[in-house]
Amino acid sequence: MLSENNLCNYYDLSERPGLSPKSLEFSGKFAFLDDNSVVEKLIDYQDDHQVQVTFYLPQVHCSSCVWLLEHLYRLDSGIVQSRIHFHRKELNVTFQKDQTTLRKVVELLASVGYSPQLALEQLETKAESNPNRKRVYKIAVAGFCFGNIMMLSFPEYFHIASTGDVSMKNMFGYLNLILSLPVLLYSGSEFYISAWKGLKAKFLNIDLPLTLSIAITFGRSVYEIFTEQSIGYLDSMSGIIFFMLLGRFFQDKTFFTLQFDRNYKSYFPISVSVVNGAMETSIPLNELKEGQTIRIRSQELIPADSELQTQRAFIDYSFVTGESRTVEADKGSMVYAGGRNTGATMDLVVMKAVKQSYLTHLWDKDAFQEEKQHEEKSFIHKLARNFTILLLAISVGAFFYWLPTDFARGINALTTVLIVACPCALLLSVTFTHGAAMRVLSNNKFYLKNAFVLEKIARLNQVVFDKTGTITVSDHDDLAFVGNAPDAEEANLIFTLLHQSNHTLSRIICKRLSFCDVLPIDQFLELPGKGVQAMVNGKLVKAGSAEYVRAIKTSEEASQVYVSIEGKVLGYYRISNAYRTELSDVLSSFVRMETKLAVISGDRDSEKGNLQRLFPKETKLRFNQKPEDKMHFIQQLQSEGAVVAMIGDGLNDAGALQQSDVGISISENVNNFAPACDVIVEASSFELLPKLIQFARNTRIIILISFGISLLYNIIGVGLAIRGEMEPVLAAILMPISSFTIMLFTTGGTWFVAKKLGLSR
Amino acid sequence: MQLVMSAFYILIGVSIPVALGFLIVFILAARSGQFDDDYTPSIRMLMDDESPIEKETLPEHKQAKTKQV
Repeated sequence: MLSENNLCNYYDLSERPGLSPKSLEFSGKFAFLDDNSVVEKLIDYQDDHQVQVTFYLPQVHCSSCVWLLEHLYRLDSGIVQSRIHFHRKELNVTFQKDQTTLRKVVELLASVGYSPQLALEQLETKAESNPNRKRVYKIAVAGFCFGNIMMLSFPEYFHIASTGDVSMKNMFGYLNLILSLPVLLYSGSEFYISAWKGLKAKFLNIDLPLTLSIAITFGRSVYEIFTEQSIGYLDSMSGIIFFMLLGRFFQDKTFFTLQFDRNYKSYFPISVSVVNGAMETSIPLNELKEGQTIRIRSQELIPADSELQTQRAFIDYSFVTGESRTVEADKGSMVYAGGRNTGATMDLVVMKAVKQSYLTHLWDKDAFQEEKQHEEKSFIHKLARNFTILLLAISVGAFFYWLPTDFARGINALTTVLIVACPCALLLSVTFTHGAAMRVLSNNKFYLKNAFVLEKIARLNQVVFDKTGTITVSDHDDLAFVGNAPDAEEANLIFTLLHQSNHTLSRIICKRLSFCDVLPIDQFLELPGKGVQAMVNGKLVKAGSAEYVRAIKTSEEASQVYVSIEGKVLGYYRISNAYRTELSDVLSSFVRMETKLAVISGDRDSEKGNLQRLFPKETKLRFNQKPEDKMHFIQQLQSEGAVVAMIGDGLNDAGALQQSDVGISISENVNNFAPACDVIVEASSFELLPKLIQFARNTRIIILISFGISLLYNIIGVGLAIRGEMEPVLAAILMPISSFTIMLFTTGGTWFVAKKLGLSR
Repeated sequence: MQLVMSAFYILIGVSIPVALGFLIVFILAARSGQFDDDYTPSIRMLMDDESPIEKETLPEHKQAKTKQV
């Protein structure tokens, strides 16, 4: 129904050509898009007539969006074509250069309600094309060669070729060799590169034994083919590469709408209005210099530390500090980057460049200088390393055992051990378990940056929560009236009074009383820090602190607003944070898992009592924490040996998220906030957080069991190989069978665990 | 026996080029971006083409638009 209605609206819309109801509001806002240097950074491609550009439109959510946005050519005849990529929320537009401009296209999009997200980072870096495609080619090539080599090897498996003529067998061998070359040189290349990089960094990674095994298999096969002994083991080799690539493809399946390492550049606008006398021009943000006067409209972000020029302004720093109260600033005072203007338009003089501002300075800290080393600390690498050493020891041992009696048999044993006991099954169990786990988690709205994060989650023993927006519901406060609740007429009086005030508490109450009427008001008086009063409809109405209203203060920690009408105290509004309803369940689950807890908040400690009641006794509670303090707190916990998960939202937690072992960003809308984190969780899945840790621990067990299974295969294979009597048929069969068992076991095991934990949706 | 085996030469000579053909077609298809977006086409398919009435009126709109410009 809804979509049908929407569609109808869109039909109407498109029948009014040139419609732009809101376009006047944008006058100047997108003026920077006329600047050629900006345009060149944003567009993908242009020739003499046409320009192609890709926009990110976070608002795209339904099929009607696709309909409307793919019919843009009807709204602007200069647009040749517009295509949507729904999952990436990207719109690719091709337009005629001489008929329309980038600015017009963007204004058109904004006027139909799809403002493209234009962030500062787009001026500095260009988005990369999808790297997954390269892996698809590699898999295709490996799969093709693997299939054909298997086919050509069949006669050998069943000793058919030996009964036929020798030339046929040789031809099969050479054909296999030719077919294996693309697999060896093209498809497998990423394993050698990774192994080489590991070696250079003096780190034995999991790709090294794989590379070794591939090299030896290939070498021995070439030898056997040229000496016309057999047709080699190229089927195993290409099979390994094919299965490994397939495993990595599933493991690395990326969530293309999500970005995990966002910094302030993704949040700051691309341009800013600069005031020069009466002139107002729009310039790209990275060209903003100290001393320039900028104009910030309502709801816009302050891009740099500046001095306020306007008489009075209201700024919301929740983005920076997490403190959800609006701050009032007077002329001449400093305002800081990251603050959101919640009042009227204000003018500022820039004091520090964008990069040197207080907030952006955070990104110069050490924690941001290096990527988190998830991979190197992985226990899988430790296992793989021990496995490699063991394998080498066995094969060399077998070689020396045969050496005195039979040199050829020794070489045979050495190479066969390495071919048969390839770490392929080991690697497969890791990649396929991780792949399946990632899929289970994304079904539950947990999005992991990469599979190695899963292992870190399994090791967590300390969880740190941010308060605002994480354990409380953002933009939602609990409001209750204590005392004689006002009747409809009194509510009207209170609403009229508080409506005049810009104080955050007044606003929260007004929001609740929005059904009331505004009455005539006179003699309005606001005493900062105390309260407000006015004659409303001929009655003296006061609201504010207990002393101001002359009420008896009750000892409660929540914010209170007392109200009196004509000197008679009615009672007070109690405003406290609304905690997520699932919070106590989540906390008790964590306690049962023996995970330590902590809360850090940028807010005042007015909620301390509530938090102490909710959290276990030994929980560390920290208030008035600046972004840097949060980071240091995490550091301190880590130095005490804790493996820390930081659960936060917004930019103010960015330092702590980056510093922690696992940064978990919780958000109402996954496309909005994801600063420097490893995991993005949709707010609706908050209650599943403890299960995430349990699940991660269980996947670790699955990996270990399948290691065991693959080890069993290896022992059988190696046992035969050491005695130097491994039949090629057996080797050829053992390889795919062990791979398949591992794939089935890991995928099945992961789903089973997910089901047991109630994570399968 | 010799005759049976020689059939293999022909079979392999045919089968590998055929398989290679499929591989090339697949890579070309992937390169053109056919597999990049596996969701939007399913929506696009559901969108109606313009109804005959609209089709008639469409050129008028376009004319009106160009006049305005």
